[in-house]
Amino acid sequence: MNRVRSAIAGAPIYTILVASIVLIIVADPSFASPGSFLVFVVQPAAAAMILAAGEVVVLITGEFDVSIGSLVTVVVLAAAALLRGESSGLWWVLVLLAGIGLTVGLTNGILSTVLGVPSFIATLGMQLVLAGGIFLFTGGAPAGSLPSTFSFLGDGSFFGVPVLGTLPYAVIVLVPIGALLIWILHHTDFGHQVFAVGSNPRAAALSGVSVTRVKIGAFLVSGVCAVVGGILIGGFGGVSPTAGQGLEFQAIAAAVLGGAVLGGGKGSVLGAMAGALTLECLFTVITVYGLPDPLRYAVQGAALMAAAAYSARRLQLGGFSSHRRVSSAEKGVVGIEQEG
Amino acid sequence: MSAILALNGKRFGSWARTASQQTVTPITVLFVLLFVSAWFIIGPVFVSSSNLGNILVRAVALGFVAIGQTFVILGGSFDLSVPWVVSLSAVTAAVVMQGRTAWLVPGILAALTVSALVGLANGLLVTKLRVNAFIATLAMSLVLEGLLSSSFSQAVGAVPVGMQAFAYQGIGPVPWAAWLFFATAVGAWWILRSSRFGAHLYAVGGSRAIARQAGVRSDRVLVAAHIMCSVLSGVAGVFLASRLGAGSTTIGPDGVYDLYSIAAVVLGGTALLGGEGGVVGSVIAVFVLATLDNIFTQLSIDPYVIEVVRGSIMIVAVVAYGLRLRKRAQA
Repeated sequence: MNRVRSAIAGAPIYTILVASIVLIIVADPSFASPGSFLVFVVQPAAAAMILAAGEVVVLITGEFDVSIGSLVTVVVLAAAALLRGESSGLWWVLVLLAGIGLTVGLTNGILSTVLGVPSFIATLGMQLVLAGGIFLFTGGAPAGSLPSTFSFLGDGSFFGVPVLGTLPYAVIVLVPIGALLIWILHHTDFGHQVFAVGSNPRAAALSGVSVTRVKIGAFLVSGVCAVVGGILIGGFGGVSPTAGQGLEFQAIAAAVLGGAVLGGGKGSVLGAMAGALTLECLFTVITVYGLPDPLRYAVQGAALMAAAAYSARRLQLGGFSSHRRVSSAEKGVVGIEQEG
Repeated sequence: MSAILALNGKRFGSWARTASQQTVTPITVLFVLLFVSAWFIIGPVFVSSSNLGNILVRAVALGFVAIGQTFVILGGSFDLSVPWVVSLSAVTAAVVMQGRTAWLVPGILAALTVSALVGLANGLLVTKLRVNAFIATLAMSLVLEGLLSSSFSQAVGAVPVGMQAFAYQGIGPVPWAAWLFFATAVGAWWILRSSRFGAHLYAVGGSRAIARQAGVRSDRVLVAAHIMCSVLSGVAGVFLASRLGAGSTTIGPDGVYDLYSIAAVVLGGTALLGGEGGVVGSVIAVFVLATLDNIFTQLSIDPYVIEVVRGSIMIVAVVAYGLRLRKRAQA
């Protein structure tokens, strides 16, 4: 509970989130109904929130995963090309997609730990390989289409739900996945080790944590989240060669907005998801106020700069933060001892 | 304290120099092998002066950016905003010139000034606000992308005809822009090898804290490196605008200058974390990438295969580099 409270205090993201929601509602009061807020803001943001939740795990270990945008594109295009609008073989395709996500995560993890390639470069290389590979497979242009049995998760809703009115399926996917990731990162030994490895890899290694294994685990989480995000995006945005473009940077921006520190050791799943939702709210603000659409990039950039400068300043000023980093490292150590 | 000074003595002088000599060899061998095998596979067309000119032109734009990126990476920083600085500079030059020859010099100056300002902002974000370089320059590129794309349509302004000579004419098949590039490369090499700024940059890249303790103004050095990187990207932007005859907001991102400049620096043997390497390797690596591009075009290989090959080359290069470092550490 303490950790949750300190995470909220550490990231002004929740204040910004509320402020941006108020801005939207002032411009267009129809957003005030929970149903339309869920449909017009949370549903489009759901995939980005899941991607950010996966990315933050990698960021806390002190690494980067910039391959997730391409991975999303691969998921969307591969599913469309294999299914061709038919539902037959849907389960096999889902298994295959999960396999791709795990393989990409494992490869990223091995490259950046065992082979010692800086993860930024390794996953950048992966990004190029994935993008080239999928277009090679589909012959350069998106082929096939997604059956409704695949796309309903991203764009469908329950109607006539009490209180809410409309409840998008994407939200129903989002909540348990978010809860699962919060549990994994903040309440399991693996999660504690993620913080330990990111805070001080040497200390973690000396106290018996396998840095390699923890980092590979983090890349696997990120890969799987990208696949889930890709399934939602395929349904919501349709089959497009640019389906995943820029999503890796959006996820990193969201995680940093949510209090993650690049270099590792700090961050939270809830913060990252709130960061992703905030970015979507800011994009909505741009739309409802009738500003030119490309300004969304400028807003994303300015938000990112502000968040990173804020967290760097906090780290610099407060002896507290570094103290907390040590204590989370210790928790990782304790986790190991309990295990043994 | 004496230990710190001794360590810095190493960083300041001989060590950096021998390191840069050691790391250039593999990329040079790679270039020669690539060039000779291309000659064999493609035939005499490959070494015709028009084709060599094509390779050169491809190398020039990336080359300017890669030299700038080398400075920033040597200092232990990063610049992901280069593609949008290229666009910003190209658009600024073309919009100021509007095809008028009299506005040629003001156009170039304006383009390089705005580029320098972006570099200054990057440098201040990284040093004074202590934002991680990756995030700071990524955020900068998002801001530039948003501002450029919302203010301009894709192709804007015009470059006077006289300016196009910069990209198309010169001595023999070598255009003026390429001469400027060679001069820049030699200048950068001299700065890194012999100037005080170069020595300080290696020191800051080795360890910002130790460099500061030894009396180097780390922040100033890093800000200067960022400004140089942005100005050189600006030069690439002016070059591309003069080739195109107009400015374009997507000219930078279309060339993927962020990834390819970093790839060139890494392939050239500069340590990603700074403090070790040099500009010669980067320049040769740029020619490797340009030659590869040319071979792909000559053999009309599927562009998607090219992407896979490029990605794999980058990973293999870094793995090889990491293994070599490990071997050296063991020796």
